[in-house]
Amino acid sequence: MGYHIVVCGSLVPDPLQTLEPVQGPQGPALKNEMMLPAVLDPWASHALYEAAHLARTVAGSRVWLVSLGPKAKLQQVMMTVAQKAPFELVAIDGSASGFTDAAAVAGALADAIEAIPDLDRTRLLVFGGWESASRGASAVMQIVGERLGLVDQFQGVDALTVEDGGALRVLERIEGGRHQVSTLAGPPALFGWATGHLGEPPNNPQIGMANMRAIMPALQRAKPAALGAGPTFARVSLPKQTRQTRVVKDLAVDAIAKEIVDWIKG
Amino acid sequence: MRTLPISSAAEILRTLPDDAARQVMWRFGDRYDLQMVVQAARGVARGPVARMVAAGARNTHDWTPEKASLLAAFDESGITSLFVNPELGGYLAGPKNLALALVAFELAWVDAGAATSSLAGVLALEPIHERGTPAQREHYMRQVVPPAPGEGREQKRGAFCLTEPIPYVGVETGLLGGKVRVAEWPEGGEPVLQVDKRGRFITNMAFANFVTAAVEAADDRIKGTCMVILEEGDPGTFDRGVPTRKLVHQLSSTRDPAFSLKVPASRIIGGYTVKDGVIVPHYSHGEIIEAVFRRTRVTVGLMTAAKLLSAVEPVIRYQRGRFRGGDSVTPGSARHELGLQQRQDALHRLVDVWAAGEASASLGFAAARVFDEVDPFERRKDTYFAQKGLSGRAQLKALAEVNRDALEYLKLTRRPAAARDVARLAALEANELVRFVLLDSVANVLCPACKLWNTGQGATMMREAVSLMGGYGITEDCPGFLGHKWMDSQLEATYEGPEAVQRRQLSVTMTHEVFLAQFRQWIEEMRRIADAHPGTGACTLASAMQMWLWTLLYLQRTTDADGNKLYQGARQGVTFPLADALCWLLAARYQVLDVLELAEKGAAEPALAGALPGLVGFFTDLCHVQTARAAGEVGRITAELVFGYRRHPAWDEEGCRTCHQADELEALEEFIPGISGTARALGDVIEADGSHPAKAGPCARTEGLEPFLRMRAKMDGCLTGARLAKDRAAERLTQVMIPEALGYPV
Repeated sequence: MGYHIVVCGSLVPDPLQTLEPVQGPQGPALKNEMMLPAVLDPWASHALYEAAHLARTVAGSRVWLVSLGPKAKLQQVMMTVAQKAPFELVAIDGSASGFTDAAAVAGALADAIEAIPDLDRTRLLVFGGWESASRGASAVMQIVGERLGLVDQFQGVDALTVEDGGALRVLERIEGGRHQVSTLAGPPALFGWATGHLGEPPNNPQIGMANMRAIMPALQRAKPAALGAGPTFARVSLPKQTRQTRVVKDLAVDAIAKEIVDWIKG
Repeated sequence: MRTLPISSAAEILRTLPDDAARQVMWRFGDRYDLQMVVQAARGVARGPVARMVAAGARNTHDWTPEKASLLAAFDESGITSLFVNPELGGYLAGPKNLALALVAFELAWVDAGAATSSLAGVLALEPIHERGTPAQREHYMRQVVPPAPGEGREQKRGAFCLTEPIPYVGVETGLLGGKVRVAEWPEGGEPVLQVDKRGRFITNMAFANFVTAAVEAADDRIKGTCMVILEEGDPGTFDRGVPTRKLVHQLSSTRDPAFSLKVPASRIIGGYTVKDGVIVPHYSHGEIIEAVFRRTRVTVGLMTAAKLLSAVEPVIRYQRGRFRGGDSVTPGSARHELGLQQRQDALHRLVDVWAAGEASASLGFAAARVFDEVDPFERRKDTYFAQKGLSGRAQLKALAEVNRDALEYLKLTRRPAAARDVARLAALEANELVRFVLLDSVANVLCPACKLWNTGQGATMMREAVSLMGGYGITEDCPGFLGHKWMDSQLEATYEGPEAVQRRQLSVTMTHEVFLAQFRQWIEEMRRIADAHPGTGACTLASAMQMWLWTLLYLQRTTDADGNKLYQGARQGVTFPLADALCWLLAARYQVLDVLELAEKGAAEPALAGALPGLVGFFTDLCHVQTARAAGEVGRITAELVFGYRRHPAWDEEGCRTCHQADELEALEEFIPGISGTARALGDVIEADGSHPAKAGPCARTEGLEPFLRMRAKMDGCLTGARLAKDRAAERLTQVMIPEALGYPV
């Protein structure tokens, strides 16, 4: 009896791009957002890799990726993501922007999860990022869990291991670089992943092509998400980057080092 | 000629072209298998490959464990098994020329040595794939595929061994120093061959487990030349040799091996027949390498194209950030935001690099697609002739008849619909041999054109790209590794057949009547495109194509001042420049076609929504820039060829036959006042004392060349608007949004 693992995650602009907030017709957006290369949100990516790893180690498991984003961009992103691990896609057509309402997004995701045919809620593990590159509120996954009635929720997860007897041992990040260890009897549960411990799997077109047989129809079936008007933003801006440059010549190395140490110490 | 109006604000190039645009332009938007292959190769290129280059792995020509780790990356990402058909353990069905081209392009975007390393495995398999026996294909293709978990099989890797050490051999593919003899021939059994072969500049040789080697018979019991498969473990010497002290492509292993091995005759690629006690290989080494190189050379051309396009982003970033950090350069000022992009020259030169990159990519991918198209027809052609028992001259004779059908087909397609013999047209269209001949004649031109122009002109343009980075360009720290890429492009212009080989091949294939008939149609096609899309420069290109064609036909029927035939194989001073000129035209043509494809099909691609007008506008201007450049090259080359072989008149009796005599003019002055001055202005006058104007001789005459002069004048006029397009493109470069940092380490 394997797990039914549902990973929630969508696309974000490639972090190397210049992200400049602009005011669009539907509210704040990023300049040229639809034209920028996109990637699967890094936090969700970790969740997906962990899900695939768990599915590989527990026979009979299945993995779904539930993704809310513009269909055309999702298809582009899938060309890479689908090569990483076997999964089935549940696509919801809508904005992947971080300016949408977290509750509305969570509602759309929960509705999509509930509509997955053959999903066994007694074996359900919902994975996602504990935050995302487009929204750092740590709200969406918690609301998804609430909507699905999942009371066992863990955030900032770095490891999930299956113990003898089927109990799940969870490592959650806490302050000071330490982890809180929890054990739960088994599914259902929700896990908001931090980075985990797994590296990014290499692209494998063979896995990708097997996935794409189901992904392309899933993209075509994608229903539009009704996210509502969402919140009103009075102002958005990038965090300010401060650069303080001082040109100093002929300073000894030790003096430079001392100055840096003093600066660090504040 | 009309030109597009200066673009509106909505047509600004917003971002650099993304995958969605490229998939449409290079025609794999409907192939998600290829899109995945691209992503897989990109992951390797911008991950392990880039990290390795940034860490200085190119500083040695030795094959290190670090470099060897790339092989595992190729295996994991599906690059190694890309070439193998699904029934033999691969995953991609059908022809793979475009797939291989895309992989080479992605890897070479970062490092062409890595691309070469991956392609060399394909090159080793190509002889087996193209001409091997079914048993050979089954055996070796399966062996190169990475073993599945639990399979417990050792994966094999191959090398292709043709070139040999100098002196004497190694200079051309027709001469072989490698020998094959009969070592043993048991009664009623299979002969055992003794193969002695020394290789030079053999890629993958540090780790190859088998080698496909070209050898020549040195035994009366073997006929001609062939290719044989040598395996590590065969009895004898399998010496990998010393690393070649190459300066470039350091992420591939290149060595000068030596083999002296005994192998069964079943290793002759394609098999053999015993006739009157002599082993007759089914394929000579020449036949095999012709089939191999005409495919693999395209990917080499694309490697240089990738370098040019990969240079755009780092150069823009360098230009914009050039002055930042200075006390007087305040954020928000033009100097801070634009840096060197305030200067038109920097922008114009980058436009030239980008335009050349687009043209070479368009040409290369078009060639790859043509080979994907021609492959199945070629196989069916081979089967058809094999069934008919036709080979050699008999096959050529049969193909000559098909050529006539192909020409008839082309003629019918040019007729108005009402005037066509519909039944005949349909019959010709359904004829697979006709289809083969049409495609093959184009493929035979596109392959050498792509290899020659992309790498040769590409190397020149890479130098330009490097120069745009200032001194930074020739350091190891240069973002995008542009200095390495410049050096690498010189090798790409050389290996798999240097430039002279490509020119020689082109000088033959470009005169094929079926190709020329299609070329004529392409001229008409460019005029039609120009009518609908005047800003592309298609009209300029059509004029240049017309001039090239006229010049070819003129040179084919004309002799030089000494009465020697001009267009002939040995006269490379004529044939080679004309081949060069054709390359410029072909590259620009495919560039125009790709932009039209984007304009027409891009609208149906939701991921391009919003970006399309800007992309199409910018690419249209790049086309105009490139077509103007191509036309200029063609004008220069054809003018030199048309006039250059005529002898300039001298101040002698023959030369002065058309000169006016001063005393005669003075006598006429009484009847026609002013004639003396007019004649001096328009012609050459010999004074009474025999003196003449101070110049090389009387002005050269142009009888018979009036059509050329008219075309030349027309083509010069067709350049109207080209510089406005360049200005627009340059302006767009100052506005385009680029990422904060390069997508791979530096």
